[in-house]
Amino acid sequence: MSSPPAIEADNLVKHFGDTVAVDGVSFSVPEGTVLGMLGPNGAGKTTTVRMMTTLTTPTSGTARVAGHDVLREPGAVRRSMGLTGQAATVDELLTGRENLRLIGGLYGLSRSYITRASEDLLERFSLTDAGNRIVKTYSGGMRRRLDLAVSLIATPPVLFLDEPTTGLDPRSRVELWDVLRELVREGTTLLLTTQYLEEADQLADRIVVIDKGTVIAEGTPLQLKDQSGKAAVVVTVSDVADLPAAEKLLRSQVSEVHIDEASRQLTAAANGLADMTRIASVFADSTIELDDLGLKRPSLDDVFLHLTGHRAEDADEQPEEEMVP
Amino acid sequence: MSATLERPEIRDTGLLRQSMVIVRRNLIHIKRMPEMLMDVTIQPVMFVMLFAFVFGGSIQTGSPSGYREWLLGGIMGQTIAFASFVVAVGLTADIDKGIVDRMRSLPINPAAVLVGRSISSLLHSSIGIVVMSLTGLVIGWRIRGSVFDAVLAYVLLLLWGFAMIWVGILVGSKMRSVEAVNGVMFTTMFPITFLANTFAPTENMPTALRWLAEWNPISALVQAVRELWGNTSPVASDAALPLQHPVLTTFIWTIGITVVIAPLAIRTFRHRTQD
Repeated sequence: MSSPPAIEADNLVKHFGDTVAVDGVSFSVPEGTVLGMLGPNGAGKTTTVRMMTTLTTPTSGTARVAGHDVLREPGAVRRSMGLTGQAATVDELLTGRENLRLIGGLYGLSRSYITRASEDLLERFSLTDAGNRIVKTYSGGMRRRLDLAVSLIATPPVLFLDEPTTGLDPRSRVELWDVLRELVREGTTLLLTTQYLEEADQLADRIVVIDKGTVIAEGTPLQLKDQSGKAAVVVTVSDVADLPAAEKLLRSQVSEVHIDEASRQLTAAANGLADMTRIASVFADSTIELDDLGLKRPSLDDVFLHLTGHRAEDADEQPEEEMVP
Repeated sequence: MSATLERPEIRDTGLLRQSMVIVRRNLIHIKRMPEMLMDVTIQPVMFVMLFAFVFGGSIQTGSPSGYREWLLGGIMGQTIAFASFVVAVGLTADIDKGIVDRMRSLPINPAAVLVGRSISSLLHSSIGIVVMSLTGLVIGWRIRGSVFDAVLAYVLLLLWGFAMIWVGILVGSKMRSVEAVNGVMFTTMFPITFLANTFAPTENMPTALRWLAEWNPISALVQAVRELWGNTSPVASDAALPLQHPVLTTFIWTIGITVVIAPLAIRTFRHRTQD
């Protein structure tokens, strides 16, 4: 059962001059699962991925991909993984098919295989019709899909995606998510970095939260949400006149109640489902009419705020590449 | 939950095959954007026209066969010196767009990125040499030396182009954008190729300038090519030492530039891409 992890970061450190970009990052990703690396711009996500994909030499520490050490067997690492970088790194002057042929040719794949795999990939990414068009004419979403297709030409067991949906419109984002889910179903191990909490929530089995070059939290999306404070019961009354009565009733059950008249909502800190069921039955016995009663778990946004003291989006806007001297 | 995907055989095809895959990609670029070739076609032809017909009448060269014939070696020298330009622009664009990173993430010999870029740039510049030769033939340039000497002149030009590749890799790895490359190259390569015997003889220059021009490595290359093609009379006896032995000097310069710049260029490229 316990096969070695597909990806392992072992105390990775990277300094650029006096700047510490990554400061001792460790984690492991079991085969066939998705790890979401979550953090704001400049947190060290890209640098971590670059070290794990042999592009940058770590200042100290190491990483293993499919059991191969990035420092001692970089060739074996490159044979076992695909990388889709932050900017869509496809060749703008080549057609989609030529891009696939270029990378397939560099992998040393046979010509017949490249042709077959290219057609499969183009179809899978809905690019068959655009296959002979120059990439310059592609939309942002098409470029991203082609970028991913190119990374898959040699069917690597491990895939690194650095902010795969940054700059995409919501529809393209959801489409890309579907493709990624399918890849994972087929057994690919995925590491993706993202600034979007929703993306990590949607795709990842486990999440590591990175800020200022260190891992500040790790767990399943649910664990992280639980970690950052309690859930809350939200009660919406039908008639605003019932608010005082509802408040009184709630206070008999829990100590802290917050009232929002505009939305006719009362929010009470709760310890999960048990509290909610109890409160629901109390209201059912009363004469107060309710529109809604539910349990609200903290969002990953709240998690992020809780962990770092700042929101993911309004972290300093320095693009991470700028850290390279 | 076992993976059932077909995993193809990844073969190590070696540096040469991998470089050629990249060369082919670069040639497709030229096919898609033929205007990339303007620097080795329209631009030097314009220079030929400008100097041969506009300025040429007032430039005294002491060449037996006239200014136009004398001019051609100069234009050739400038064209091949600009090979550094071609390499730098291509390399910076590829680094900037993440193409180099993508290639470095593949199981290939990392040198293939540079070798492929160099070969295609040398091909690019060679097109310029061919275009210049044809233009020269049209305006009256002729090779008057032996076949061996004529071939040797072309070999010297290619050797020079090879040395220029390293300069290009150095500048291309150092600069952050194609615009920066253009800026640096224009402000260095234009004066270097003009402050020489490329378009006007050095004899009439002020002493300090003449000294600079005659020690300029481009001048040795241009003088060598002119002598080998029989397009000039021997240099004045008071000309600087390099021009007295231009072929030997050119060999020394190309080797010297390569030995000094190549390690520096590779180190800069590594630093730029691995950090």
